[in-house]
Amino acid sequence: MAGAEHKHPNYMAIFWYLAILTAIEIAVIYAPLPKVTIVVLLCGLALGKAALVAMYFMHLRFETRTLGLVAITPLMIATLLVFLLLPDGLAVAKRTVGVKAAVSAPAKH
Amino acid sequence: MSPSASVHSAIEPAETPLTPESWGKLGMWIFLAGDAVGFGVLLASYGGMRATSADWPNPYDVLGINLTAAMTFLLICSSVTMVKALEWLGGGDRTKCRMFLFFTALGGAIFVCCQAYEWSKLIHEGLHINGNPWGASLFGTSFFLITGFHGLHVTGGVIYLVSIIRYVTNRPSPAASYNAVEITGLYWHFVDLVWIMVFTFMYLI
Repeated sequence: MAGAEHKHPNYMAIFWYLAILTAIEIAVIYAPLPKVTIVVLLCGLALGKAALVAMYFMHLRFETRTLGLVAITPLMIATLLVFLLLPDGLAVAKRTVGVKAAVSAPAKH
Repeated sequence: MSPSASVHSAIEPAETPLTPESWGKLGMWIFLAGDAVGFGVLLASYGGMRATSADWPNPYDVLGINLTAAMTFLLICSSVTMVKALEWLGGGDRTKCRMFLFFTALGGAIFVCCQAYEWSKLIHEGLHINGNPWGASLFGTSFFLITGFHGLHVTGGVIYLVSIIRYVTNRPSPAASYNAVEITGLYWHFVDLVWIMVFTFMYLI
């Protein structure tokens, strides 16, 4: 089957979607929104861009479902790792609240 | 090697049901999955360190995003030239394929040069791997580790692209190099995909 070809989607349309999403990402960081909202929006936009690249540029949309599972496994492992680190991170964050306050507050002598 | 073995060594013994085109493509996907775990671990660790640090600097203020936004756009453009190269090769035009592969490699080379400029500027301003004037020393460590690891991938990708241009030239027909170019494209798009994540998590958030 050497030389078998994939369908070629409209690559220029994907390029414009990616360019527009990048512009939106940059606009979001200047938007007067709470930090949590900005972080959630940026994560969503990054995942959207990554999905466009994987689905259309890497032709994952035209591959078998099992290959899609191979490709998405690292994302699941990384997400799992974040949740594994979360309890430890939250415990340390609780202990460092006082330190953060001391760092941000002006020194009094 | 017997004459029979030498003939059959050039033929793939069976098709993989996941990637019927070639075993090489499945091999590249498995390599990329492993590499993605590596980047995932680095970025998750970065998030963990940042969340638990008392004095993590604001990356947006220290690093700036003008240059890196342009670098992101450059990598997106190079991904488009990569798929265009594959499209032209599928249409039988080897010359245009080589031209677009060259543009892709050029985009990667410019990206690496921009990164070298960014690093030298930041080092000059005081960002070092073991400390910086703005706060947690791990900020510099993680920045150089993650962007450096990605930069090595881009450098490897440029070398890979240059060698594949030569491969396309030397093959007897455009169809004979289609799989190799498609596999190269998978690697290059992966480098682009990882940068999308690095740009978001290390520069924007």
